[in-house]
Amino acid sequence: MQETTANQVAANATSSFTEHLQRQRPDLLPFGQLPSGQQFPAGNAATPLQAPHGTTIVALTYAGGVLMAGDRRATMGNVIASRHIEKVFPADQYSVLGIAGTAGIALDITRLFQVELEHYEKIEGTLLSLDGKANRLGAMVRSNLPMAMQGLAVVPLFAGFDRPTGLGRLFSYDVTGGRYEEQEHHTVGSGSMFARGALKKLWRPNLPEPDAVSVAVEALYDAADDDSATGGPDPVRQLWPVVYVVNRTGAVRVPDRELAAMAGAIIESRAVAQREA
Amino acid sequence: MTQQFYVSPEQLMKDRADFARKGIARGRSVVVISCRDGIALVAENPSPSLHKIGEIYDKIAFAAVGKYNEFESLRQAGVRYADVRGYSYDREDVTARGLASVYAQSLGAVFTAEQKPFEVELAVAEVGSSPEEDHLYRLTFDGSIADEKGFIVMGGQADKVSEAVAAGWQGALDFAGAIRLALAGLVADKETTTLPPSAVEVAVLDRGSESSRGTRRAFRRLEDADVTALLAEEN
Repeated sequence: MQETTANQVAANATSSFTEHLQRQRPDLLPFGQLPSGQQFPAGNAATPLQAPHGTTIVALTYAGGVLMAGDRRATMGNVIASRHIEKVFPADQYSVLGIAGTAGIALDITRLFQVELEHYEKIEGTLLSLDGKANRLGAMVRSNLPMAMQGLAVVPLFAGFDRPTGLGRLFSYDVTGGRYEEQEHHTVGSGSMFARGALKKLWRPNLPEPDAVSVAVEALYDAADDDSATGGPDPVRQLWPVVYVVNRTGAVRVPDRELAAMAGAIIESRAVAQREA
Repeated sequence: MTQQFYVSPEQLMKDRADFARKGIARGRSVVVISCRDGIALVAENPSPSLHKIGEIYDKIAFAAVGKYNEFESLRQAGVRYADVRGYSYDREDVTARGLASVYAQSLGAVFTAEQKPFEVELAVAEVGSSPEEDHLYRLTFDGSIADEKGFIVMGGQADKVSEAVAAGWQGALDFAGAIRLALAGLVADKETTTLPPSAVEVAVLDRGSESSRGTRRAFRRLEDADVTALLAEEN
Protein backbone atom coordinates (compact mmCIF):
# COMPACT_ATOMS: atom_id res chain seq x y z
CA MET A 1 0.00 0.00 0.00
CA GLN A 2 2.78 2.37 1.02
CA GLU A 3 4.66 1.60 -2.15
CA THR A 4 1.74 2.14 -4.47
CA THR A 5 1.05 5.52 -2.87
CA ALA A 6 4.67 6.51 -3.34
CA ASN A 7 4.58 5.31 -6.93
CA GLN A 8 1.42 7.25 -7.56
CA VAL A 9 2.88 10.46 -6.18
CA ALA A 10 6.03 10.00 -8.24
CA ALA A 11 4.03 9.25 -11.37
CA ASN A 12 1.89 12.34 -10.89
CA ALA A 13 4.81 14.65 -10.24
CA THR A 14 5.41 16.41 -13.50
CA SER A 15 7.13 19.68 -14.30
CA SER A 16 5.70 19.67 -17.80
CA PHE A 17 2.69 21.83 -18.55
CA THR A 18 1.90 19.79 -21.66
CA GLU A 19 1.80 16.56 -19.66
CA HIS A 20 -0.47 18.23 -17.13
CA LEU A 21 -2.83 19.33 -19.91
CA GLN A 22 -2.77 15.87 -21.48
CA ARG A 23 -3.96 14.40 -18.19
CA GLN A 24 -6.34 17.05 -16.98
CA ARG A 25 -7.46 19.19 -19.89
CA PRO A 26 -6.66 17.47 -23.21
CA ASP A 27 -9.26 19.68 -24.91
CA LEU A 28 -6.93 22.66 -24.50
CA LEU A 29 -4.05 21.16 -26.48
CA PRO A 30 -3.59 22.61 -29.97
CA PHE A 31 -3.11 19.15 -31.48
CA GLY A 32 -4.58 15.68 -31.33
CA GLN A 33 -8.14 16.71 -30.63
CA LEU A 34 -9.78 14.49 -33.20
CA PRO A 35 -11.24 11.18 -32.05
CA SER A 36 -8.99 8.42 -33.35
CA GLY A 37 -9.54 7.47 -36.96
CA GLN A 38 -11.59 10.52 -37.75
CA GLN A 39 -10.45 12.74 -40.58
CA PHE A 40 -10.97 16.39 -41.25
CA PRO A 41 -13.73 16.48 -43.84
CA ALA A 42 -12.26 19.53 -45.53
CA GLY A 43 -8.85 18.36 -46.64
CA ASN A 44 -6.06 15.90 -46.98
CA ALA A 45 -2.41 16.23 -47.91
CA ALA A 46 -3.26 16.57 -51.60
CA THR A 47 -5.88 19.32 -51.21
CA PRO A 48 -5.07 21.07 -47.96
CA LEU A 49 -7.64 22.94 -45.95
CA GLN A 50 -7.51 26.64 -46.78
CA ALA A 51 -5.94 28.27 -43.74
CA PRO A 52 -3.36 31.04 -43.37
CA HIS A 53 0.23 29.89 -43.79
CA GLY A 54 3.24 31.52 -42.26
CA THR A 55 6.22 31.81 -44.52
CA THR A 56 9.94 32.53 -44.30
CA ILE A 57 12.10 32.50 -41.15
CA VAL A 58 15.87 32.92 -41.12
CA ALA A 59 18.26 32.37 -38.22
CA LEU A 60 22.00 32.80 -37.98
CA THR A 61 24.75 32.79 -35.42
CA TYR A 62 26.98 35.80 -34.86
CA ALA A 63 29.74 36.79 -32.48
CA GLY A 64 28.22 36.38 -29.01
CA GLY A 65 24.90 34.81 -29.85
CA VAL A 66 22.26 33.97 -32.37
CA LEU A 67 19.47 35.90 -34.08
CA MET A 68 16.22 35.07 -35.78
CA ALA A 69 14.18 37.09 -38.25
CA GLY A 70 10.84 36.54 -39.92
CA ASP A 71 8.88 38.39 -42.59
CA ARG A 72 5.40 39.73 -41.88
CA ARG A 73 3.26 37.85 -44.38
CA ALA A 74 0.77 35.01 -44.06
CA THR A 75 -0.83 33.61 -47.21
CA MET A 76 -3.91 31.55 -47.94
CA GLY A 77 -3.60 30.08 -51.41
CA ASN A 78 -2.92 33.03 -53.70
CA VAL A 79 -4.32 35.58 -51.23
CA ILE A 80 -2.32 37.52 -48.67
CA ALA A 81 -4.04 36.57 -45.41
CA SER A 82 -2.07 38.98 -43.23
CA ARG A 83 0.58 41.66 -43.74
CA HIS A 84 1.11 42.19 -40.03
CA ILE A 85 1.55 38.70 -38.65
CA GLU A 86 4.50 38.14 -36.34
CA LYS A 87 6.13 34.73 -36.59
CA VAL A 88 9.19 35.05 -34.38
CA PHE A 89 8.64 34.95 -30.62
CA PRO A 90 10.73 34.86 -27.48
CA ALA A 91 10.28 31.38 -25.97
CA ASP A 92 11.85 32.41 -22.67
CA GLN A 93 14.63 34.66 -21.48
CA TYR A 94 17.36 32.92 -23.48
CA SER A 95 15.65 31.42 -26.50
CA VAL A 96 13.43 32.35 -29.43
CA LEU A 97 11.40 30.39 -31.92
CA GLY A 98 10.08 31.12 -35.36
CA ILE A 99 7.28 29.25 -37.04
CA ALA A 100 6.41 28.34 -40.60
CA GLY A 101 3.35 26.40 -41.70
CA THR A 102 -0.28 26.56 -40.64
CA ALA A 103 -0.43 29.81 -38.71
CA GLY A 104 -3.33 29.00 -36.38
CA ILE A 105 -1.80 25.81 -35.03
CA ALA A 106 1.70 27.27 -35.04
CA LEU A 107 0.66 30.25 -32.91
CA ASP A 108 -1.00 27.92 -30.40
CA ILE A 109 2.04 25.65 -30.28
CA THR A 110 4.18 28.73 -29.67
CA ARG A 111 1.96 29.79 -26.78
CA LEU A 112 2.00 26.29 -25.35
CA PHE A 113 5.79 26.15 -25.65
CA GLN A 114 6.19 29.49 -23.90
CA VAL A 115 3.98 28.36 -21.01
CA GLU A 116 5.79 24.99 -20.94
CA LEU A 117 9.17 26.65 -20.37
CA GLU A 118 7.86 29.15 -17.82
CA HIS A 119 5.95 26.40 -16.02
CA TYR A 120 9.06 24.25 -15.70
CA GLU A 121 11.01 27.23 -14.42
CA LYS A 122 8.42 28.01 -11.76
CA ILE A 123 7.93 24.42 -10.60
CA GLU A 124 11.60 23.47 -10.59
CA GLY A 125 13.14 26.82 -9.74
CA THR A 126 15.73 26.52 -12.52
CA LEU A 127 15.78 27.06 -16.27
CA LEU A 128 15.53 24.06 -18.57
CA SER A 129 18.77 23.35 -20.48
CA LEU A 130 18.84 24.47 -24.11
CA ASP A 131 18.84 20.84 -25.32
CA GLY A 132 15.92 20.13 -22.99
CA LYS A 133 13.96 23.00 -24.52
CA ALA A 134 14.78 21.83 -28.05
CA ASN A 135 13.61 18.30 -27.20
CA ARG A 136 10.32 19.53 -25.74
CA LEU A 137 9.62 21.51 -28.90
CA GLY A 138 10.39 18.41 -30.97
CA ALA A 139 7.86 16.41 -28.95
CA MET A 140 5.22 19.07 -29.62
CA VAL A 141 5.88 19.03 -33.34
CA ARG A 142 5.58 15.26 -33.32
CA SER A 143 2.27 15.44 -31.46
CA ASN A 144 1.02 17.51 -34.36
CA LEU A 145 1.89 14.77 -36.87
CA PRO A 146 -1.73 13.61 -37.41
CA MET A 147 -2.66 17.17 -38.39
CA ALA A 148 0.48 17.45 -40.55
CA MET A 149 -0.61 14.32 -42.44
CA GLN A 150 -3.73 16.22 -43.39
CA GLY A 151 -1.82 19.19 -44.67
CA LEU A 152 -1.74 21.28 -41.50
CA ALA A 153 1.97 21.03 -40.82
CA VAL A 154 3.94 23.27 -38.47
CA VAL A 155 7.70 23.56 -38.87
CA PRO A 156 9.48 25.64 -36.26
CA LEU A 157 13.00 26.93 -36.04
CA PHE A 158 14.48 27.23 -32.57
CA ALA A 159 17.46 29.27 -31.46
CA GLY A 160 18.89 29.96 -28.06
CA PHE A 161 21.89 30.99 -26.08
CA ASP A 162 23.53 28.05 -24.35
CA ARG A 163 24.76 29.55 -21.11
CA PRO A 164 27.15 26.79 -20.02
CA THR A 165 29.10 26.93 -23.31
CA GLY A 166 28.50 30.61 -24.01
CA LEU A 167 27.37 29.94 -27.59
CA GLY A 168 24.33 30.63 -29.67
CA ARG A 169 22.81 27.43 -31.10
CA LEU A 170 20.22 26.65 -33.77
CA PHE A 171 17.79 23.76 -34.13
CA SER A 172 15.60 22.85 -37.07
CA TYR A 173 12.75 20.31 -37.10
CA ASP A 174 10.89 18.16 -39.56
CA VAL A 175 7.16 17.41 -39.35
CA THR A 176 7.81 14.13 -37.53
CA GLY A 177 9.46 16.00 -34.68
CA GLY A 178 13.00 15.17 -35.77
CA ARG A 179 15.39 17.65 -34.24
CA TYR A 180 18.57 18.68 -36.04
CA GLU A 181 21.19 21.03 -34.75
CA GLU A 182 22.27 23.44 -37.48
CA GLN A 183 25.60 25.19 -37.87
CA GLU A 184 26.06 28.83 -38.87
CA HIS A 185 22.61 29.56 -40.29
CA HIS A 186 19.33 28.01 -41.31
CA THR A 187 16.00 28.95 -42.90
CA VAL A 188 12.49 27.49 -43.01
CA GLY A 189 9.31 28.30 -44.92
CA SER A 190 8.33 28.86 -48.51
CA GLY A 191 11.06 31.39 -49.28
CA SER A 192 13.71 29.46 -47.41
CA MET A 193 15.75 28.34 -50.38
CA PHE A 194 16.18 31.88 -51.66
CA ALA A 195 16.98 33.18 -48.18
CA ARG A 196 19.45 30.35 -47.74
CA GLY A 197 21.19 31.19 -51.00
CA ALA A 198 21.54 34.77 -49.85
CA LEU A 199 22.84 33.72 -46.42
CA LYS A 200 25.49 31.51 -48.01
CA LYS A 201 26.94 34.57 -49.69
CA LEU A 202 26.35 37.13 -46.93
CA TRP A 203 27.14 35.22 -43.73
CA ARG A 204 30.69 35.31 -42.31
CA PRO A 205 32.04 33.82 -39.09
CA ASN A 206 31.96 36.19 -36.09
CA LEU A 207 29.70 38.81 -37.62
CA PRO A 208 29.21 41.79 -35.31
CA GLU A 209 25.61 42.10 -34.11
CA PRO A 210 24.48 45.08 -36.31
CA ASP A 211 25.96 43.42 -39.42
CA ALA A 212 24.24 40.15 -38.52
CA VAL A 213 20.86 41.91 -38.27
CA SER A 214 21.48 43.54 -41.63
CA VAL A 215 22.40 40.18 -43.19
CA ALA A 216 19.15 38.65 -41.90
CA VAL A 217 17.08 41.52 -43.29
CA GLU A 218 18.83 41.25 -46.66
CA ALA A 219 18.27 37.48 -46.79
CA LEU A 220 14.55 38.08 -46.21
CA TYR A 221 14.61 40.76 -48.89
CA ASP A 222 16.04 38.23 -51.35
CA ALA A 223 13.44 35.66 -50.32
CA ALA A 224 10.65 38.19 -50.89
CA ASP A 225 12.15 39.04 -54.26
CA ASP A 226 11.61 35.54 -55.61
CA ASP A 227 8.93 34.00 -53.40
CA SER A 228 5.45 35.49 -53.72
CA ALA A 229 4.46 34.22 -50.25
CA THR A 230 7.23 36.13 -48.47
CA GLY A 231 6.68 39.81 -47.68
CA GLY A 232 9.49 42.29 -48.18
CA PRO A 233 10.05 45.46 -46.15
CA ASP A 234 6.98 47.69 -46.58
CA PRO A 235 7.88 51.42 -46.39
CA VAL A 236 4.28 52.41 -47.23
CA ARG A 237 2.80 50.74 -44.14
CA GLN A 238 6.06 51.01 -42.20
CA LEU A 239 6.27 47.24 -41.74
CA TRP A 240 9.64 45.67 -41.13
CA PRO A 241 10.66 42.10 -40.35
CA VAL A 242 10.53 40.91 -36.75
CA VAL A 243 14.08 40.34 -35.53
CA TYR A 244 15.20 38.99 -32.15
CA VAL A 245 18.80 38.79 -31.04
CA VAL A 246 19.74 36.35 -28.26
CA ASN A 247 22.99 36.71 -26.40
CA ARG A 248 24.36 36.43 -22.88
CA THR A 249 22.01 39.14 -21.62
CA GLY A 250 18.92 37.44 -23.04
CA ALA A 251 16.54 37.75 -25.98
CA VAL A 252 15.83 41.28 -27.19
CA ARG A 253 13.69 42.49 -30.07
CA VAL A 254 15.48 44.81 -32.49
CA PRO A 255 13.58 48.15 -32.56
CA ASP A 256 11.65 49.04 -35.72
CA ARG A 257 13.56 52.26 -36.38
CA GLU A 258 16.86 50.34 -36.66
CA LEU A 259 15.24 47.85 -39.01
CA ALA A 260 13.73 50.69 -41.05
CA ALA A 261 17.19 52.20 -41.48
CA MET A 262 18.73 48.86 -42.46
CA ALA A 263 15.95 47.97 -44.91
CA GLY A 264 16.24 51.49 -46.37
CA ALA A 265 19.99 51.07 -46.86
CA ILE A 266 19.52 47.70 -48.58
CA ILE A 267 16.85 49.03 -50.96
CA GLU A 268 19.00 52.06 -51.73
CA SER A 269 22.16 50.06 -52.43
CA ARG A 270 20.24 47.82 -54.83
CA ALA A 271 18.63 50.79 -56.54
CA VAL A 272 22.02 52.46 -56.98
CA ALA A 273 23.53 49.30 -58.47
CA GLN A 274 20.80 49.34 -61.16
CA ARG A 275 21.01 45.60 -61.65
CA GLU A 276 18.53 42.80 -61.86
CA ALA A 277 18.70 41.37 -58.30
CA MET B 1 -17.87 -5.24 19.38
CA THR B 2 -16.06 -1.97 19.72
CA GLN B 3 -17.95 0.96 21.07
CA GLN B 4 -18.06 4.10 18.89
CA PHE B 5 -17.53 7.12 21.09
CA TYR B 6 -19.53 10.19 20.27
CA VAL B 7 -17.39 13.25 19.58
CA SER B 8 -19.25 16.50 19.09
CA PRO B 9 -18.48 18.36 15.85
CA GLU B 10 -17.32 21.36 17.90
CA GLN B 11 -14.79 19.21 19.71
CA LEU B 12 -13.63 17.55 16.49
CA MET B 13 -13.03 20.88 14.77
CA LYS B 14 -11.34 22.32 17.81
CA ASP B 15 -8.98 19.36 18.05
CA ARG B 16 -8.07 19.64 14.39
CA ALA B 17 -7.55 23.39 14.65
CA ASP B 18 -5.34 22.98 17.73
CA PHE B 19 -3.32 20.32 15.93
CA ALA B 20 -2.78 22.56 12.90
CA ARG B 21 -1.95 25.63 15.03
CA LYS B 22 0.64 23.69 16.96
CA GLY B 23 2.32 22.58 13.74
CA ILE B 24 2.39 26.12 12.35
CA ALA B 25 3.65 27.63 15.59
CA ARG B 26 6.80 25.50 15.39
CA GLY B 27 7.77 27.15 12.08
CA ARG B 28 9.75 30.30 11.48
CA SER B 29 7.99 33.45 10.39
CA VAL B 30 7.34 35.00 6.99
CA VAL B 31 6.65 38.68 6.36
CA VAL B 32 4.95 40.10 3.26
CA ILE B 33 4.99 43.89 2.94
CA SER B 34 3.32 46.05 0.32
CA CYS B 35 5.27 49.24 -0.35
CA ARG B 36 5.92 51.95 -2.94
CA ASP B 37 8.21 49.84 -5.16
CA GLY B 38 6.00 46.75 -5.04
CA ILE B 39 5.65 43.88 -2.62
CA ALA B 40 8.55 42.50 -0.59
CA LEU B 41 8.43 38.92 0.69
CA VAL B 42 10.88 37.97 3.42
CA ALA B 43 11.10 34.56 5.07
CA GLU B 44 13.40 33.29 7.74
CA ASN B 45 14.82 30.29 5.93
CA PRO B 46 18.41 29.08 6.11
CA SER B 47 18.02 26.75 3.12
CA PRO B 48 19.01 28.30 -0.21
CA SER B 49 17.02 25.75 -2.23
CA LEU B 50 13.93 24.72 -0.25
CA HIS B 51 11.91 27.85 -0.78
CA LYS B 52 9.04 29.22 1.26
CA ILE B 53 8.42 31.96 -1.27
CA GLY B 54 7.58 31.27 -4.89
CA GLU B 55 6.41 32.76 -8.14
CA ILE B 56 2.90 31.83 -9.22
CA TYR B 57 2.25 34.10 -12.18
CA ASP B 58 3.15 37.43 -13.78
CA LYS B 59 2.07 39.60 -10.85
CA ILE B 60 1.35 36.95 -8.23
CA ALA B 61 3.61 35.45 -5.58
CA PHE B 62 3.13 32.89 -2.87
CA ALA B 63 4.57 32.64 0.63
CA ALA B 64 3.96 29.95 3.20
CA VAL B 65 4.82 28.68 6.65
CA GLY B 66 4.32 25.21 8.06
CA LYS B 67 5.07 21.77 6.66
CA TYR B 68 7.21 21.93 3.52
CA ASN B 69 5.64 18.99 1.67
CA GLU B 70 2.15 20.38 2.24
CA PHE B 71 2.73 23.95 1.14
CA GLU B 72 4.98 22.83 -1.73
CA SER B 73 2.15 20.73 -3.14
CA LEU B 74 -0.18 23.73 -2.76
CA ARG B 75 2.36 25.98 -4.50
CA GLN B 76 2.66 23.58 -7.43
CA ALA B 77 -1.11 23.27 -7.64
CA GLY B 78 -1.29 27.06 -7.70
CA VAL B 79 1.23 27.32 -10.54
CA ARG B 80 -0.75 24.72 -12.50
CA TYR B 81 -4.05 26.47 -11.85
CA ALA B 82 -2.62 29.84 -12.92
CA ASP B 83 -0.88 28.49 -16.02
CA VAL B 84 -3.94 26.57 -17.21
CA ARG B 85 -6.13 29.60 -16.64
CA GLY B 86 -3.74 31.98 -18.36
CA TYR B 87 -3.32 29.57 -21.27
CA SER B 88 -7.01 28.92 -21.81
CA TYR B 89 -8.21 32.52 -21.28
CA ASP B 90 -5.57 35.22 -21.24
CA ARG B 91 -2.67 36.20 -19.03
CA GLU B 92 -4.67 39.17 -17.72
CA ASP B 93 -7.40 36.88 -16.45
CA VAL B 94 -5.25 35.27 -13.78
CA THR B 95 -5.90 37.08 -10.51
CA ALA B 96 -4.82 36.61 -6.93
CA ARG B 97 -8.47 36.62 -5.88
CA GLY B 98 -9.26 33.61 -8.08
CA LEU B 99 -6.20 31.76 -6.88
CA ALA B 100 -6.85 32.57 -3.22
CA SER B 101 -10.39 31.32 -3.46
CA VAL B 102 -9.20 28.02 -4.97
CA TYR B 103 -6.69 27.71 -2.14
CA ALA B 104 -9.40 28.48 0.42
CA GLN B 105 -11.61 25.76 -1.02
CA SER B 106 -8.83 23.16 -1.06
CA LEU B 107 -7.71 23.97 2.46
CA GLY B 108 -11.30 23.89 3.67
CA ALA B 109 -11.93 20.53 2.01
CA VAL B 110 -8.79 19.04 3.51
CA PHE B 111 -9.64 20.44 6.95
CA THR B 112 -13.05 18.78 7.09
CA ALA B 113 -12.61 15.65 4.98
CA GLU B 114 -9.07 14.37 5.40
CA GLN B 115 -7.41 12.46 8.23
CA LYS B 116 -5.51 15.51 9.32
CA PRO B 117 -5.63 19.17 8.31
CA PHE B 118 -2.77 20.86 6.46
CA GLU B 119 -0.38 22.46 8.94
CA VAL B 120 0.21 25.50 6.76
CA GLU B 121 -0.62 29.15 6.49
CA LEU B 122 -0.38 30.86 3.10
CA ALA B 123 -0.13 34.34 1.71
CA VAL B 124 -1.05 35.17 -1.88
CA ALA B 125 0.20 38.56 -3.03
CA GLU B 126 -0.59 40.41 -6.24
CA VAL B 127 1.18 43.60 -7.21
CA GLY B 128 -0.88 46.28 -8.94
CA SER B 129 0.08 49.44 -10.80
CA SER B 130 -0.22 51.46 -7.57
CA PRO B 131 -0.03 50.46 -3.89
CA GLU B 132 -3.83 50.85 -3.62
CA GLU B 133 -4.23 48.12 -6.22
CA ASP B 134 -2.04 45.60 -4.40
CA HIS B 135 -3.84 42.57 -3.03
CA LEU B 136 -2.68 40.55 -0.05
CA TYR B 137 -4.65 37.47 0.97
CA ARG B 138 -4.00 35.38 4.03
CA LEU B 139 -5.22 31.78 4.03
CA THR B 140 -5.29 29.65 7.12
CA PHE B 141 -5.36 25.86 7.59
CA ASP B 142 -9.18 25.71 7.86
CA GLY B 143 -9.79 27.53 4.60
CA SER B 144 -10.46 30.95 6.11
CA ILE B 145 -9.47 33.75 3.81
CA ALA B 146 -8.68 37.32 4.81
CA ASP B 147 -7.95 40.34 2.65
CA GLU B 148 -5.16 42.23 4.40
CA LYS B 149 -3.97 45.79 3.97
CA GLY B 150 -0.32 46.76 4.01
CA PHE B 151 1.38 43.67 5.33
CA ILE B 152 0.98 40.05 6.44
CA VAL B 153 2.96 38.25 9.12
CA MET B 154 2.61 34.49 9.50
CA GLY B 155 4.31 31.75 11.44
CA GLY B 156 5.48 30.80 14.91
CA GLN B 157 5.84 34.15 16.67
CA ALA B 158 3.51 36.07 14.38
CA ASP B 159 2.13 38.31 17.16
CA LYS B 160 5.49 39.70 18.25
CA VAL B 161 6.77 40.06 14.69
CA SER B 162 3.51 41.63 13.61
CA GLU B 163 3.71 44.27 16.34
CA ALA B 164 7.21 45.25 15.26
CA VAL B 165 6.24 45.45 11.59
CA ALA B 166 3.03 47.39 12.31
CA ALA B 167 5.03 49.98 14.25
CA GLY B 168 7.29 50.74 11.31
CA TRP B 169 5.00 50.22 8.33
CA GLN B 170 4.14 53.05 5.97
CA GLY B 171 3.03 53.05 2.35
CA ALA B 172 5.96 55.19 1.16
CA LEU B 173 8.64 52.60 1.96
CA ASP B 174 10.95 51.50 -0.85
CA PHE B 175 12.21 47.91 -1.15
CA ALA B 176 15.29 48.58 1.02
CA GLY B 177 13.09 50.07 3.74
CA ALA B 178 10.53 47.27 3.53
CA ILE B 179 13.18 44.55 3.71
CA ARG B 180 14.89 46.32 6.59
CA LEU B 181 11.55 46.53 8.41
CA ALA B 182 10.84 42.85 7.77
CA LEU B 183 14.26 41.84 9.08
CA ALA B 184 13.76 44.00 12.16
CA GLY B 185 10.40 42.30 12.67
CA LEU B 186 11.82 38.82 12.30
CA VAL B 187 14.32 39.34 15.11
CA ALA B 188 11.62 40.68 17.45
CA ASP B 189 11.28 37.28 19.12
CA LYS B 190 15.00 36.57 19.37
CA GLU B 191 17.95 37.63 21.44
CA THR B 192 19.99 38.71 18.42
CA THR B 193 19.40 42.07 16.82
CA THR B 194 20.30 41.29 13.21
CA LEU B 195 19.80 38.41 10.80
CA PRO B 196 22.51 37.69 8.23
CA PRO B 197 21.26 37.62 4.59
CA SER B 198 22.11 33.91 4.45
CA ALA B 199 19.48 33.18 7.09
CA VAL B 200 16.64 34.75 5.12
CA GLU B 201 14.99 34.22 1.79
CA VAL B 202 14.00 37.44 0.04
CA ALA B 203 11.95 38.00 -3.09
CA VAL B 204 10.10 40.98 -4.51
CA LEU B 205 7.22 41.66 -6.86
CA ASP B 206 8.42 44.66 -8.88
CA ARG B 207 5.72 47.23 -9.52
CA GLY B 208 7.49 48.49 -12.63
CA SER B 209 8.94 45.28 -14.06
CA GLU B 210 7.82 46.18 -17.61
CA SER B 211 9.67 49.48 -17.59
CA SER B 212 12.70 48.57 -15.46
CA ARG B 213 13.42 45.03 -16.64
CA GLY B 214 11.34 44.68 -19.79
CA THR B 215 9.39 41.68 -18.55
CA ARG B 216 5.80 41.21 -17.41
CA ARG B 217 7.00 38.76 -14.78
CA ALA B 218 7.25 40.91 -11.68
CA PHE B 219 8.69 38.22 -9.40
CA ARG B 220 12.38 38.43 -8.67
CA ARG B 221 14.36 36.43 -6.14
CA LEU B 222 17.11 38.40 -4.42
CA GLU B 223 20.41 36.61 -3.80
CA ASP B 224 22.31 37.19 -0.57
CA ALA B 225 24.61 39.67 -2.33
CA ASP B 226 21.62 41.62 -3.73
CA VAL B 227 20.11 41.85 -0.24
CA THR B 228 23.41 43.06 1.25
CA ALA B 229 23.77 45.65 -1.51
CA LEU B 230 20.17 46.81 -1.14
CA LEU B 231 20.45 47.19 2.63
CA ALA B 232 23.75 49.04 2.33
CA GLU B 233 22.23 51.62 -0.02
CA GLU B 234 21.21 54.25 2.50
CA ASN B 235 23.13 53.16 5.55
